[in-house]
Amino acid sequence: MTTYRKPVSNTWWLERKQYFFFVIRELTSIFVAGYCLFLLFIISEIGDGQEKYTLLILSLKSPISLVLHFISLPFILYHTITWFNLTPKIMKLQIGEEIISEKLIIGLVYISWGILSLMIFWLILGV
Amino acid sequence: MAKSTEPILWLLFSVGGMISAMLFPPLIIITGIIVPFGLEGETTYLFEKLHFLVKNPFVKLILFFVIALPFFHWAHRFRFTLVDIGLKPISFLISTLCYGGAVVGSLLTIYTLLRI
Amino acid sequence: MKVTETIEIEIFRYLPDKDNEPFFKSYKVPYREDWVVLDAINYIKDEIDGTISYRWSCRMGVCGSCGMMVNGEPKLACSTFLKEYRLGKIRVEPLQGFPVERDLIIDINDFMEKLKAVKPYILRKEEDEKPIEEGEYLQSPAELARYKQYTLCINCMLCYAACPIYSLNSEFIGPAAIALAQRYNLDSRDQGRNHRQEMIASHEGIWECTFVGECSVVCPKDVDPAAAIQRAKVSSTIDWFMNMIMPLSKTK
Repeated sequence: MTTYRKPVSNTWWLERKQYFFFVIRELTSIFVAGYCLFLLFIISEIGDGQEKYTLLILSLKSPISLVLHFISLPFILYHTITWFNLTPKIMKLQIGEEIISEKLIIGLVYISWGILSLMIFWLILGV
Repeated sequence: MAKSTEPILWLLFSVGGMISAMLFPPLIIITGIIVPFGLEGETTYLFEKLHFLVKNPFVKLILFFVIALPFFHWAHRFRFTLVDIGLKPISFLISTLCYGGAVVGSLLTIYTLLRI
Repeated sequence: MKVTETIEIEIFRYLPDKDNEPFFKSYKVPYREDWVVLDAINYIKDEIDGTISYRWSCRMGVCGSCGMMVNGEPKLACSTFLKEYRLGKIRVEPLQGFPVERDLIIDINDFMEKLKAVKPYILRKEEDEKPIEEGEYLQSPAELARYKQYTLCINCMLCYAACPIYSLNSEFIGPAAIALAQRYNLDSRDQGRNHRQEMIASHEGIWECTFVGECSVVCPKDVDPAAAIQRAKVSSTIDWFMNMIMPLSKTK
């Protein structure tokens, strides 16, 4: 009996909206790696003394730095939001017979993020 | 990839993903908006504070994890994406390049942190 | 009710004894507010074209027989209303990712083999077996809650059709099989997790999954196989560490 197999093309991810956004989500990892390299650059300049630091601040104001930041931020935020929203799937917490609601877990994750972000702002920019 | 290594790679991916999800947005806002547009207010001693922080060994240890683990997050995610987009025939090469890249990134991190 | 409206349905046809190439055939069926896609196909078979082949049974969403692609989405034909597609055309195709035997009938052997491969039954260690006279293995409601969701699978294979990984690589064990394995792994009466790990933690098991998540989105029974898979990744990783630290101890 000859069966028919519909061929799957390499552009399968363009055929459905859900698949497209999945691939976008996966590609956010490129921006993550990019920012890691950038962080290394920043740390390196800060560690090298006042002069290098001043140059660093200047380069942060450059158009190319601003453009790259503005492009990266939405992608990184997309990573953050999709990551947090999937957290309850990784860990199903159960107390007695009750399974803890997914929305509660997501809420707690976002709150932790808020607190952590504030701590970072405080630590680096100081109050 | 050998079946015995997938768990640890996934773990590195997961922790790196959580770290980058939590910490990178505020950092990007700082380096991309607040500092370039001078919104940080009174910063007479900003350099001194940051300089002191990055030279502190304990801070360096934290920074290592904050940077190296997201490299592994990228490696794992990018590897699977490339394989799914049609590069399955060279999946071993892809894995080598991706995880190798993460190792290089981690070594670069160690070098940078030790150098300053 | 006077039926004057019709709706156009385009159905994937494949008649291997006549032609190696599949084709699409369009039919006009009466449009009824309360009709589902299955009603429309049954009407076609009865009134227009008796040669069309498809699977169906309970017509109420519990048997899992009538899975099809409706406008590119995996659906149960008996649970998909025509009125959702009122303004356009309906395109019906066989479930994505499976070989097609004829028209809308897919070859489900691979799926059946995978279900069997995860040993979907209670396994107990020999020394822990109770004789019948001692009665049944008791389970609290809390213990039941741990795995109950994974018992709801009706084997409809919509999750396999939704999973791009399975379409790319049919060696992948797939969402329903892993959810089924978890149903037993998380059952307090079962002690057979180690026996299932070989399949589950293999390269074509959970580690092939990249958490697209569509399997859980399309599941008509809210089994949430995506969560089952991610939890399996967590427990397999913990296992991996336990094995490193205590290689000689035998876990469940």
